[in-house]
Amino acid sequence: MIPEPVRALLFYLCAGLALAGGCWVAFARNIVHSAFALLATFAGVAGLYAFLSADFLAVVQLMIYVGGVLVLILFALMLTSRIEEARVSNPTIGLVPGAVVLIAVSALLVYACVKEFGGTTDLPPGEPTTAGIGDALLSRYVLPFEVISVLLLAVLLGAVTIAGGRLRKPAPGGKPGKERP
Amino acid sequence: MHLEHFPLGLIPLLPLLGAVYAGFFGARLQRRWREPVIYWPAIVLPWASFVITVVAVAKLAGAGHHTALYHRAWSWLSVGSLQVDVAFQMDRLSAVMALVVTLVGSLIHVYSRGYMKDDPGFWRFFSNMNLFMFAMLVLVLADNFLLMFVGWEGVGLCSYLLIGFWYRETKNAVAGMKAFIVNRIGDYGFSLGLFLLFWGLFLAPVVTTGDPGDRLAAPGGPHAAPAVDAAEPGAPAAADTGIHGGAPLTSVTFREVQTIVEDPARRDGILGQRVLGAGLITVVCLLFFLGAAGKSAQIPLYVWLPDAMAGPTPVSALIHAATMVTAGVYLVARLHFLFAASAAAMTVVATVGALTALFAATIGLFQYDIKKVLAYSTVSQLGFMFLAAGVGAYWVAIFHLMTHAFFKACLFLGSGSVILGCHHEQDMRKMGGLRKLMPITAVTYALAACAIAGFPFFSGFFSKDEILWKAFDSGNLLLPGKGIALWALAAAAALCTSFYMFRSYFLTFTGTYRGGQDAGHGHGHGHAPHESPRSMTVVLVVLAALAVGGGWIGLPILWGLPNRFEQWLEPAFAGSHHLIESAHRGHGAEWGLMALSVAIAIAGWFAARWLFRDGKNPIPARLLASSRPAVRGVYRTVFNKYYVDEFYGRVFVRGTRQLSELLARVDRDVVDGLVNLWGSVGRVVSDVQGMIDAHVVDGAVNAIGAGSVRLGRSLRRLQTGRIQSYVFGLTTGFVILVVIGYLLA
Amino acid sequence: MSIGLGHFVAVSALLFSLGLFCLITRRNAVAILMGIELILNAALLNLAAFSRYLHGQPDGQIFAVFGIVLAAAEAVVALAIVLQLYRAFRTVDTAETTELKG
Repeated sequence: MIPEPVRALLFYLCAGLALAGGCWVAFARNIVHSAFALLATFAGVAGLYAFLSADFLAVVQLMIYVGGVLVLILFALMLTSRIEEARVSNPTIGLVPGAVVLIAVSALLVYACVKEFGGTTDLPPGEPTTAGIGDALLSRYVLPFEVISVLLLAVLLGAVTIAGGRLRKPAPGGKPGKERP
Repeated sequence: MHLEHFPLGLIPLLPLLGAVYAGFFGARLQRRWREPVIYWPAIVLPWASFVITVVAVAKLAGAGHHTALYHRAWSWLSVGSLQVDVAFQMDRLSAVMALVVTLVGSLIHVYSRGYMKDDPGFWRFFSNMNLFMFAMLVLVLADNFLLMFVGWEGVGLCSYLLIGFWYRETKNAVAGMKAFIVNRIGDYGFSLGLFLLFWGLFLAPVVTTGDPGDRLAAPGGPHAAPAVDAAEPGAPAAADTGIHGGAPLTSVTFREVQTIVEDPARRDGILGQRVLGAGLITVVCLLFFLGAAGKSAQIPLYVWLPDAMAGPTPVSALIHAATMVTAGVYLVARLHFLFAASAAAMTVVATVGALTALFAATIGLFQYDIKKVLAYSTVSQLGFMFLAAGVGAYWVAIFHLMTHAFFKACLFLGSGSVILGCHHEQDMRKMGGLRKLMPITAVTYALAACAIAGFPFFSGFFSKDEILWKAFDSGNLLLPGKGIALWALAAAAALCTSFYMFRSYFLTFTGTYRGGQDAGHGHGHGHAPHESPRSMTVVLVVLAALAVGGGWIGLPILWGLPNRFEQWLEPAFAGSHHLIESAHRGHGAEWGLMALSVAIAIAGWFAARWLFRDGKNPIPARLLASSRPAVRGVYRTVFNKYYVDEFYGRVFVRGTRQLSELLARVDRDVVDGLVNLWGSVGRVVSDVQGMIDAHVVDGAVNAIGAGSVRLGRSLRRLQTGRIQSYVFGLTTGFVILVVIGYLLA
Repeated sequence: MSIGLGHFVAVSALLFSLGLFCLITRRNAVAILMGIELILNAALLNLAAFSRYLHGQPDGQIFAVFGIVLAAAEAVVALAIVLQLYRAFRTVDTAETTELKG
């Protein structure tokens, strides 16, 4: 059993990692930095999952988000953005309304959370839930499970069709297709 | 049941290795080093399986009566209450099947070496044959339904591959597809039966034996451990299972299903379970029987087997006579404890079996293709086996299965030898007089024909006579007069059997050779037929010896002789023994029936000899030439197999096609028409509107239009097309709403 | 000080806000997608936390698993669209890809 202060420390480490990563994603000037900061966020959230005794979820988070989604995002960046120029690669717009929203929403939500759930205390570490999730997926949730697999198939086909198939060329004389300065 | 470990997995594994070897490397190796590099491994590996099987059976024979050999390879599935292992089990029933499969299979492999010589697909043939051995051995040695289903599908696949072995001819490929599709109908029954059984056992209530009124809720409820404990001292079935009250609520393992069904605490609950207005067990059994009928070519699913003769003859001998088609009989015998519990299912099995026996036998009377005769004879003999299984004489069914494997394999291989000798001629009208040219083939064919016809002291006599007697003596059937009607059908079928077998013998082997006269047909070489190579004749001799002597292990008890076969299988079917009733018709009747069946065999032989010996009797030709409508009508109907294929083609195949055409037409005419109608209505309306628009409202519209343009221009600023501004608006609105709500509250 | 449900939910609220900020201020389509990923992570963290503290059963985790799978699917399709967008406009700046704008 890990003593209480260490647990708290671990939690703050994970939460800090996630939030610092999130901040960097949101504020970085260079989009490649953003993408790598996303790694920190995902890792931090995985740590929080582990903290919640959701061991399976933590592993899935690492495997799918870090191993899959993030790699995809990086690929898309490499393929689409002129990443060597920070100014071009990650332009921003409307920073002032963004900041207003950020402050208003976070204040509102954090206030509500602390007010509503601030009183709950820590629980002792629970049992691993992987076996339970496996059972539930193949019994109670077997229909969503199967539907998800159909969805994945559809996504696979859709991604191939969209990314691989050439869309119809825009009408001649239109804006697109021209190399922009 | 007591389990002992033995590496049974090796028995199917060896042929699988052979299949992989020939399948993956065969084409190249054959080109490089010719055929020996293919056939040596392909022949040796099944023989090795046979040796291991013999060792296993020896061990089984040395152990106690209720012992089974067991080998758990690995755990396959484990989900909730479904536990499936890849496990093999050899009890006394599986032992008989495995012995027959490996012995006959290995012999036929040896034979194939000569038969398939110089075929470019030599490697493919042996790969498929070995794969078939693997699948068939998995089927008979499987410890549970799912693994058995793997073998079940595997043999179907191999059957398909081998029927269409010479796939360049469309006819052969179509025959393969037909076999596959008809089998699929049966497999559907098999899987439905399995699901229903699994589910039904799960739902069946557990009743404590002490107080039948006290029902525990079955699913998820406490398993009736106290009930089992209470029942244990008095119930040997539960005591010697080795599972000791830990039997699961439901299972797909044969052993455990039997334990569950025989558990006194559960039995009443299971038998009382009803599905669709019929008893659960009856429905399950009928579904399994549908599967068995598909695989074993019973009415109404027998149509694929005669067409399956398109494959090479060793395939017909191995798959479509000796082993695969008997899988259905094996299934019924394996599930004897279920079938015996449902008199209705038993009656259906026996009736279908007897009808098939006679029906197919009558078709066999008029066929000219030597393999077609044997094919219908196989269907008919399978009908006999189902009749035996249906009246509860499981050991007799297995006994006939075994003797049939011997004599029918011998007959098929003999016909293969004839076909090879006559340069791939299958029409018996173009044979004749082959006895002098192919003496070994002729003698073995005659011996096997005597065996199938049921001449005394040949193997077929013992098994077929026992079937007829058990049918006559059955007390279980739900038919008026119990088994007498079925016995009459089967006896008539036996008469036909004897007749058509000897007809084929006399047409083929006596008289003068009629093939050479057809000069235009001979492929430039008018050679006389010749005896087949040694590797084929040796196999014929061995199988003929088995066909003659194979029945001696099941001598009739009536003669005061020991029936070793029944004693051997008795423990395997002990679970259903008490459910099978006899009509107690007495020894006198049994002696009488035996004499009658001998008389039937001789009558068939005599009639065939009179009509067809040496091709001298003019009556058959005159009958065929007869213009009397009654004679012609009967002959045509039977010769064309009662038009069943045409009926199926018209009703099911064309029905499906017509339905789809009808739907297409509905789509084209009705739906498209509606759409088009709607379209034209819209056009007319818009034309009218356009006219009104152009002449009446233009002025007004122009005014409004100008106003709209101005309004739109000012509103367009909001519609930026940027997600960011939309999200900003959305969020701001949300925050404002929450704050307002908070303030108001 | 012991860690309670409030902590998790607060972290998730902050993540959500950061994602929202990302969504509002970025013009690069891929960066917008990153913002969406942040928001999704916040939501899934909430699911797991509520399931642990309020429900006591792993059902919330199962939904989170489904959510992760859906997020992955969404990312795949969105990135395919981004690629196609780039192919058609040679840029993924959402401020410039305004073909439909009158």
